[in-house]
Order: sequence, then C-alpha cells, then structure tokens
Amino acid sequence: MPGLRTAREVFDQQFLPVRAKLLEVAAALDRIDRSNGSLANDPRRTQVQAAIQVLLRPEDDRAEQIQLIFSRQYDRDWRENFRMTNDE
Amino acid sequence: MYYIDPHIHMVSRTTDDYETLAKMGCVALSEPAFWAGYDRGSAAGFRDYFEQLTAFEPKRAGWYGIQHYTWLCINAKEAENVSLAREVIAIIPEFLDRPGVLGIGEIGLNKNTRNEATVFMEHIDLAVRTDEQILIHTPHLEDKYQGTRMILDMLCDDGRINRDRVLVDHVEEHTVRQVLDEGFWAGMTLYPVSKCTPARAADIIETYGPERLLVNSAGDWGPSKPTAVPDFILEMRRRGHPESLIRRVVYDNPLTFFSQSRNFVFNPPDVAEPAQL
Ligand SMILES: [Zn+2]
Repeated sequence: MPGLRTAREVFDQQFLPVRAKLLEVAAALDRIDRSNGSLANDPRRTQVQAAIQVLLRPEDDRAEQIQLIFSRQYDRDWRENFRMTNDE
Repeated sequence: MYYIDPHIHMVSRTTDDYETLAKMGCVALSEPAFWAGYDRGSAAGFRDYFEQLTAFEPKRAGWYGIQHYTWLCINAKEAENVSLAREVIAIIPEFLDRPGVLGIGEIGLNKNTRNEATVFMEHIDLAVRTDEQILIHTPHLEDKYQGTRMILDMLCDDGRINRDRVLVDHVEEHTVRQVLDEGFWAGMTLYPVSKCTPARAADIIETYGPERLLVNSAGDWGPSKPTAVPDFILEMRRRGHPESLIRRVVYDNPLTFFSQSRNFVFNPPDVAEPAQL
C-alpha cells in the first residue's frame, strides 16, 4: 500500500524540515569538534559516521539501516550462551 | 474520530489528561502494568498496584466516559529479581477474573539478561495455562533489535501459543517486519524523542498495510504525550488517507485484538452512557 502523494508533493512538504534537521546535525558535529578532547575511542562517533553514510545510499530503507547501526548484535545462540535449555 | 489507545499508563497521568483524551475522541484505553520509576520493595506492593489498575483507574476513566482495560504482570526491569518475580506471578491469578483484565502484560525484556528471559518464559507459561492474551514490551534503543529477536525466539519455540492473541509492542523500522511475518500483532509507540513519531508510524502503515498493526501513546511518567494517537490521525489525514483506513488502525484493530479476551466487554460510543461527573 504505497503513499498517495507524488514525490514532488512529499518533497515540497519535507524540504524545510529536512533542511532544518541537516543543519541541526551539522551544527552539533561542529560543536563537538570545537570542544576540547578527543572521541577517537568512542564507538558512538563511528555509529554516527556510518549513519550519515547511509543517508547517501539510493535505497529506500535508510531508516531501517540506521536503526540497525545503532543496535546491538543479535546472537542466534543466546540461549546456549546463557546456558538456558529446554529442560530448565 | 473515535479512537482507542491500546497502551497508556494512566496511573502516571492526571485526571485532566482523562478529560483531554475524552475530548479528543478516546473512547477506550488499555493500561499494561509497568515499572513505576523505582523498584517496588515487595510482592505486596504489586498487589496494591493491581488493585489500583483494576478498581480505581476504571472508575476514574469512567468519570469521562472512557472504558478502561488493563494487563497484569511484573515488568521486565523488576523481573531481574527472579524470586520477587515468582512471588508476583503467583498472585496474578487472583486478579485475572476481574472485569477489564485483558491478559498478561507488559512482559518482555529490558537489558536482555538471562533473568529477564527466565521470568518472561514463566509469564508466558502462566498466560498459556490461564488462557490469557499477552502484551509484550520490547527494549529501548540499542537493545531493541536484539531483545525483539530473543522474544520472538522464545514465543516461536512455544508451540502452545496462539499468535493472534499476542501483541509485540514498541516496534520500529528494524523490528516490525519480523513480528508481522511471524504472525503476531505489532504496536507502534508514538514518543516525542525515542521510539516512533507519528510520521514514521504512518510510513510503516504505508509500507506494511494496516493488518495487525496498532498505534499507541504509551503515555507514562516520562517524556511522552498522551494525545499522540490523535497526532497520528492528523498525519494520516494530511497524507490523504481515507477515514476508513485510519479508523481501521486506531479503532477497529484494537477492538479485534481485545475482543479475544474473555473479560473484554465494550459499549460502542453511540450507545454508551453519557459521562458522569
Ligand atoms: Zn508501557
């Protein structure tokens, strides 16, 4: 069930909000860089970088991909790792 | 438009909020048991809470013509204390036949620990033995994906579960597909800064259709907006979606899901008693 509006209509409505949010992100990154100290060892800085890369991709699942970047890994064998088996 | 909020914590809200919800068209809501912002010291604390959920809140909601339903459990955060959790699970059956009790919830995971998983499975066992519906909380932020997958693993491993009677809540873009594909109901929570916004929830409806999808405000004691469902209705209207589709998501779907609970008795708004003050 796709949306009912044309790309032009959606873009007209979203242009100013998108512009404002991009500026917020840019200003926050500038603010971080102007501050003292280094984030070299902070994995969250890498996540932010990876999320920004996703925005440049052409696919239409960017929100889902960014969610996954900020998510812990799922381990299929979590029950064995917790030593939780059916006989418990 | 009349609507139902299937997940909202009214014990944390004021009577003025009930009045506002009524004015916005809310005719019914369901309130899962959750974490109060601090750990309760004893099972007796939970008994008092269940009393509040099943006796006083329906009365307060009734002052504004809103029908109040509830779900009982020990939440995932306090479930880390397994012995306390077992005491609480033991007292839940005392309340299951009260009017408006729809089932067990919101159970789930918080930090995806072994203890949380243990208590989750014991709640599931209680729900199956007592033939109750289940409402499930999925974790926050970076823990959501892992926790949702773990929850689906546990649910899908239990062949006794009727998936039509299970709601997995707080889904987002990266978890909704698996929940729907496995045949469960999925809830989207509209929060100001985390979880879904009204626009992203509308995107998910446009992507997956309205089948087995619900929207809720999950209004509670933290930053949240009890009138978030009307925000979603407005967003859908602004996109040109028909009233029938919007009504399906915010009214018909909750009714369909709730109707599977034996304690769900609903008076549709056209024949409801006038609000009594
Ligand atoms: Zn909740």
